[in-house]
Amino acid sequence: MAEIVRETTQSMPDAGPVGQSPYPDLPGEEPGIVRAAVSDGGFGARQPFVAAFMENRTGAAGLGVVVVIATFCFLGPLVYHSDQVHANIALTNLAPGAGHPLGTDANGFDILGRLMVGGQSALEISLAVALVATCFGALWGAVSGFTGGVIDAVMMRIVDVVIAVPAIFLLIYLATVFRPTVPLLIVVLSLLSWLGPARLVRGEALSLRTREFVDAVRVAGGRNSRIVGRHIIPNALGTITVNATFQVADAIIILATLSFLGFGLPPPAVSWGAMLSQGTTYLLDGYWWEVYPAGLMVMVTVVAFNFVGDALRDTLDARLRER
Amino acid sequence: MIGYTLRRLVQAVVVLIGLTVLVFALEHMIPGNLARAILGPRASPGAIASFDRTNGLQRPVVSQYLTFLSQVVHGNLGYSYRLNQSVDSLVVHELPNDLILVGVALCLALAIAIPLGVAQALRRNRALDHVATGVSFLLYSMPSYWLGLLLIAGLAIGVHVFPPEAPQAASPAGVLADPRALVLPVITLTLVNVALFGRYMRSAAVDTLAQDYVRMARSKGLPERAVLLRHVLRNSLVPVVTLLGLSVPAVLTTGLVVEYVFNFPGLGLTYFNAAVNADYPVELGITVIVGLATVLGSLFADLAYAVLDPRVRYG
Repeated sequence: MAEIVRETTQSMPDAGPVGQSPYPDLPGEEPGIVRAAVSDGGFGARQPFVAAFMENRTGAAGLGVVVVIATFCFLGPLVYHSDQVHANIALTNLAPGAGHPLGTDANGFDILGRLMVGGQSALEISLAVALVATCFGALWGAVSGFTGGVIDAVMMRIVDVVIAVPAIFLLIYLATVFRPTVPLLIVVLSLLSWLGPARLVRGEALSLRTREFVDAVRVAGGRNSRIVGRHIIPNALGTITVNATFQVADAIIILATLSFLGFGLPPPAVSWGAMLSQGTTYLLDGYWWEVYPAGLMVMVTVVAFNFVGDALRDTLDARLRER
Repeated sequence: MIGYTLRRLVQAVVVLIGLTVLVFALEHMIPGNLARAILGPRASPGAIASFDRTNGLQRPVVSQYLTFLSQVVHGNLGYSYRLNQSVDSLVVHELPNDLILVGVALCLALAIAIPLGVAQALRRNRALDHVATGVSFLLYSMPSYWLGLLLIAGLAIGVHVFPPEAPQAASPAGVLADPRALVLPVITLTLVNVALFGRYMRSAAVDTLAQDYVRMARSKGLPERAVLLRHVLRNSLVPVVTLLGLSVPAVLTTGLVVEYVFNFPGLGLTYFNAAVNADYPVELGITVIVGLATVLGSLFADLAYAVLDPRVRYG
């Protein structure tokens, strides 16, 4: 898990300028970006952007997979009914076959149906975390970078402190102190995920605040809140969006790790990590259907979101360069 | 350089003090009170009052924090009531095991990632590059325990090559005495880090290869070997050295998971067990150590960068 490294790449002067990919592009491979000189909300015209994104084959494939997984998790249970609340000892550890396409687990739950329900919480929580963390982090970073001086220093040291403790350690601690629920997990994961976007947007704000259009707003008598809200954040929107995509992928991994270790949502909640954790008990018995499907779901979902994030960043890079 | 170092050191100290505030706050976040959390739900009011007095819990928060800070500075990380052992003795006992696991895995990861990254950069967008990029993308997107489980399923259960469990000896010497059992945890940690470092190395090497001094070295007739070793490799290593310092939290996180999956006797596993048993002092003590390691890692990254790349110092 490299989310920490991903977050801290900004302190390396060579790291890629837009978004935070697991694969930062150092200059040379990606020629330097010519920044937008006008405040137009970062994206420019919307339609060509979508077209340019869809031309990126891995990005389009990633998006397709995300849609398929979301459909599977949220619409699947409407078509494929299975009881995920009541254990049934008569049906434990059944191999895949008629009635149970992916078999059943040690409590007699249908694995296929369980994958759907587990995916719901994974997607809901990680999307919510990405949203909350990105909004809060972006605002924090924008204010910090725009204000500068002592306030900037204090705000950034706070980021440094929270970033100093790897998220999983804090998460496990908080999970032992409080009983995990969906809202609590969203809050706690967000509390630990806003640091990346905060640093990133601060960097953007530092360069944006010296731009002519910011001076223009000042000359016109605009207040600071207007500059941050209407100019700094919209201009950093590309960076923010790309980062949010990677946040989703990170949150899915962290969430799956947490529930794998047994600190996720307590039963009867279902999660891919907990399914894997339970399945490993039967690794020696050859009950492969209790292990591999859940692991594959986590992996495929994360790869898909990373593909989308990479493609978004590439598309955005290319568009910024064209200007 | 001295000014830069001093500034960076002061920053690190500020962050460390912030870290102790955070950990102190975490300790006081426990619902109910600490005495009940430690003595259990059946503790008598007298026992709780006596615990509060002994540990100074009835004093003002600021004074409690200062005591806590002084204890941490003096290397006293608290006392585990479940293990009946001080947290620092636990750390001293288990840290060497972690250093073995993480050290071996990191060295191996660098030994693979550095040549691989340069090779990828030299054969950019050819088969080798695409395969290595694809594999590292997959490894990167895998939860580390999933990789560990796949390795156990393949190499310990499928083919009985390696034991599925890490060495179970408590001492570093005992851990080293069972190298076969070390293989799977080390491979897991190595692969995750190869995915991380390899990609950086590739980007850095691609960047270096495009520099004028490389063309100059080639045009003055330097053998390719010398060009690669003396110019490309040395300059591409700069971001990797930095990344090494910044990767501390990622490595520790993976370490925790790997130790859990393979039951490796290290601090990560101790942290996990402490969490299961609600042994808060151990959790918080290890959190302090982990935070300290992270801060030192990023300090190292920044200073190394300034040493290796003079532009940072004077820029």
